[in-house]
Parts: sequence; structure tokens; C-alpha cells
Amino acid sequence: MSTQGLPSPVAAPPPSKGRGEGLLSAGRRFQGFLFVLPALLVLAIFLIYPAYYTIRLSFYEGDFKFNPVHWLGIDNFKNLLTNDPDFLDLSKFPPSGALINNLRWVVVYISLALIIGLALAVLAVRVRYERAVKAAIFVPMAISATAVGIIWLFVYSPNPDIGVLNAVVHAFDHGVQPIAWLGRPGLVNYALIFAYVWASTGFVMVVLSAAIKGIPTEIMEAARVDGAGEWNIFRRIMLPMLSLPLSVVTIWLFINVIKVFDIIYVMTGGGPGTSSRVIAFTMYEETFHNGRPGYGAAVAVIMLVLIAPVMVLNVRRFRSERVIA
Amino acid sequence: MSTVDQAVPLTTQTRSERLVRFITRTPLHIALIAIGVVWLVPTVGLALTSFRKPVNINSSGWWHSLTQWDWTLHNYGSVIHATGMGHAWVNSLIITVPATILPLTLGALAAFGFAWIPFPFRDTLFLLIVALMIVPIQTSLVPLLKLFANHWHLNNSFYGIWIAHTAFGLPLAVFLLRNFFITLPKDLIEAARIDGASNLAIFRRIVVPLSVPALASFGIFQFLWVWNDLLMALIFVSDPSKQPMTVRIPYLLSTYGQEYNLLSAAAFLLMIVPLIVFFALQRYFVQGLLAGSVKT
Repeated sequence: MSTQGLPSPVAAPPPSKGRGEGLLSAGRRFQGFLFVLPALLVLAIFLIYPAYYTIRLSFYEGDFKFNPVHWLGIDNFKNLLTNDPDFLDLSKFPPSGALINNLRWVVVYISLALIIGLALAVLAVRVRYERAVKAAIFVPMAISATAVGIIWLFVYSPNPDIGVLNAVVHAFDHGVQPIAWLGRPGLVNYALIFAYVWASTGFVMVVLSAAIKGIPTEIMEAARVDGAGEWNIFRRIMLPMLSLPLSVVTIWLFINVIKVFDIIYVMTGGGPGTSSRVIAFTMYEETFHNGRPGYGAAVAVIMLVLIAPVMVLNVRRFRSERVIA
Repeated sequence: MSTVDQAVPLTTQTRSERLVRFITRTPLHIALIAIGVVWLVPTVGLALTSFRKPVNINSSGWWHSLTQWDWTLHNYGSVIHATGMGHAWVNSLIITVPATILPLTLGALAAFGFAWIPFPFRDTLFLLIVALMIVPIQTSLVPLLKLFANHWHLNNSFYGIWIAHTAFGLPLAVFLLRNFFITLPKDLIEAARIDGASNLAIFRRIVVPLSVPALASFGIFQFLWVWNDLLMALIFVSDPSKQPMTVRIPYLLSTYGQEYNLLSAAAFLLMIVPLIVFFALQRYFVQGLLAGSVKT
């Protein structure tokens, strides 16, 4: 089924430098469009247009059919940031709300996953059972957040015959009542964060471990011969050489944290009360339960704004890589 | 044999040196094994619970089952038949397979265009796709639902979720595959062009067969992504008889929250597919995840 020699319905594009240029007729170039067209159409209709619609909707009050019905200007955003204690409440200390919870996620989740993942990447290469340890840490990466949620609901269960964590606490101190890890507003976020760290550390470990193995051994041998201790080798040689993979992993963890939803939906439903809501959860709740699509769209736009710097970074990085190549 | 071993000593350590080394490394072993245990215990606990009798689950912790040795498959029977999880498992598969093949196909075609056929605005369009890779799903949920439900009446079929996953998988597919295709030998493709092969023939006979590792990496990544997805299925599949496991399990949780035998069996059924993929295709899986790190 050859489409060779297809008459081109468009004028030949002006010649430009590129791969395999000289051999291509105008018809063949037009075929380039045909190859990318289906993908571009799908993206335009189902990704770009919806993003535009959502941005527009965020300035309106929406109805139950998700139509924009009443122009509000920036009122949705104003309400979210100043008048919605479930989203952002700065009036008391410590501040609370979904945005603050998400900030908590950013700080605690990213640092825990980075520290544990880096420690494992550095230490596991020194033992013979490296593969076994790595497999144990990595397996949760394959599991869906729904299953991770059920797994950790069991771990945190206040029923001491189910919850292994309470069983451990009980073994140390028989007098302690079982702790409702997910039932206390002060604990619930950290319990959720740890479950998600458990699920994501494998990724950090694998990326960093691959990078460590790429560091030429001569450098470290030379440092050892010169009498450098292991800690100094780690701090002054490994860490600087890992800066690029560390930044890639940090960005990945950041995007993960801004989008986190599934595990909270399964484990707490945002509760108790509203104490474990995050941005993505608020978007779902306002749009699909409270029937406020305009307000929910404003939350989605805030997510987009938080992620936009990473988009710019990705595009920049890609461009500079190509200049070097 | 043994003389050879003796003739080529691998290390010159004495016995006491080895002992010192072992003792100084003990904290390392303890730390690694402790982390390994913490990481394994939750999954093992769930797996063991799913094979215990309900009576035992409610009277003693799962760690007792290691000595009781009293297993059953009954929980799986109940959860598959009585709660409809078997049906939901099939739904997961029905959703996942086309939602993997579609972006893989469209993505490979587009990636070939971007890599090997120059056309106007090619680089600009490609940068746009790089930017689209991490657009949060939340910005598209409402308009897509409106499109599917109010205009096209797709919300009671699988089409909506297939389309949505295709759209979200595509930017990554194009990005990964284009970056792989571009590393294929230029001479090979130009020689085929000189021989008069059409673009489609070059794509089918040269590019695709040479790119199996990249196609497999993305395919596995997308398969697991869709299989594990909760949010999009929650929004786009409203008919309960078509919902996948990730959506049905939270329902199970709200109706049978204390039926630990059912919950553990259901969660294990959900996990088993990714675990098989993981152990069977570990190399592609890790590559796919590493490559997918630019997405989420």
C-alpha cells in the first residue's frame, strides 16, 4: 500500500535544513503531516481545547451541565484564597486547608523520598543482596494507589488484630490504647504521606542508583588512596555528580505531589472532616460533589499554574540538549 | 578444580581482617535489612490476610498465620463472584488494552513524522508536545465529561475512557518514541528511500522492527498507568457494570469496610497483574518508568 507520488494539495514548504532533506519531494513532506495529524487532532480536541475551556470556566459560575452561566471575573480565585477555610486558612496557627496540606506534602514527601531513596542507592551497592533489597523497595512502584491505599489501611488499622503498626506499638507498651493514625487531624496527613513515600521511594532509588554506577570508579579510588573518608567521598564527589539526576527526581516527586489524589480518595476521603484534603481533592469535591464546576475549574487552574514552571523547564532543557547534540 | 581455586586467590584478606570487616559493616546490614522489612511487611501482610479464614482474621493478627498454617482460597471465590470483582477485573482489562494500543499506534506514527520527515513548524509542534506532557488531568476532566456525556453520549460506554487515556498518554508516547527513532541509523532509512520505499513502508519494515525495546517500554508504562488509574475511571465510567477494579474497590470499602477478607483479596487481585508484568518484564518496566519520569 504505497502512497508514494501522492499529489500534494499544498504548496511545497520552503526548503529548510533537516534530516534526510535532499531526498524528499514535496509530496513526501506533506506525508510528514499525515503521520503526525491523527496525534495532533487528538491532542487538540481532547487536551488543548479542554484546558482552554477549563481556564475560561474558572472565571464563571458553572451549572450542573458544566456550562459557564454567570461571569464572575476573578471571584472564584479570590474566594478560594481568602474566603474558603477548607482551601486556605491563615487565620489560626498552624494554618490549615488543602493548600497548606499540599505544602506539607511537598516538604515532607519530597524530603523523605529523597533521603531514603538516596541512602538506599548509596548503601545497597555495597552488599551482595543488592538486587533483593532493590526489588523489595521497587515493587510498590508497580502497584496502583488504590491497592496501596488498602494495604496501608490495614497497616494503620486501629484494630490490633489487623493493624501491624498498632501491634508493634502495643508490643512495646501494653498500656497504650490503639492509635487511630488516620482518625486524628494532626496525624492523618503524615500517615498518608508515609504511605505514598513507601510507594515512590523505589523510583528515586533506581534513578540515583543508575547514576551512581555511572560515576567513574577511578575518581573514588583516587580519593580513597588520598585518604578521603567515605562520608567525604559521598559529600564532595558523589553528591555534586548526582546533582542532575537529583533535580530530575525532585521534579518528578513535585509533579506527583501536586497531582496526588487517588490514595487520599481511597484512604480517608479527605477526612476526618476536611483535614486531609489536598488541591486535587478539592477540585474533585467542588466539581463533582458540590456542583460548583466554575469553582473547581479555578482549583484546576491553580494546579496548572503550580506545574507551569516545570513545563517551561522541560521545554528549555529539551531545546538546550538539542543545541548541544 | 580446587587446585585452580587455591592457585588464584581472589582476595588476600586474612580471617581476622574479614571478621573486622564483617563487624564494621554490621550497621549497614542492619539498616538495609530493616528498610527492606519495612517495605515488604505491608504487602506481605495483605497477601497473607487474603488467604486466611475470616474467623482467623478477626481473632488474631496475620503474623500468626505463619505458625497456624490454615489457608483458604474461599475469600477469592467470594470477592470474585459475590461482589462482582471478577467482572470488574475484566473491565479493567477491557479498558486497559485499547487504551494502551491506541496511544502506542498514534504516538509511533507521529514520532516517525517528527523524527524523519521534515515539515513546516515541526520543531514548534514538537516543543508543544513536550509541554503538554505534564498538563494535570484536572484541567481536562470537566470539558471532556461534558463532551462525552452531553454531546456524544459516550459516558455509558468504554469509548470515553479509551479516548481520554489516549489523549493523556500521547504526548509521552510521541516524546519517547521520537527520541528513540532519531537514534536509528540515518543511512539505513536513506538507502530505503533511494530504493523507492514509501514512508509507510519504511515505518513498518524498518523503524518499528528496530524499535521494539522503546515500543515495549512505553507500552508497559502506559498499560500499568491505565490499569492503576482511579481518577479518570471514576469520572468517565459512570455505569457500575463497566467500572474497573480501581473504582469498585473503594465502593467495596464503603460497604464492606470491616470485611478484611474481601478487601485484601480484592486488593491482591488488583495488584497481581502489575506484579506479573513487573517480574516478567522487569527490564522494560524499569526503562519505561525511567523514561516516563518526565511525565509523572
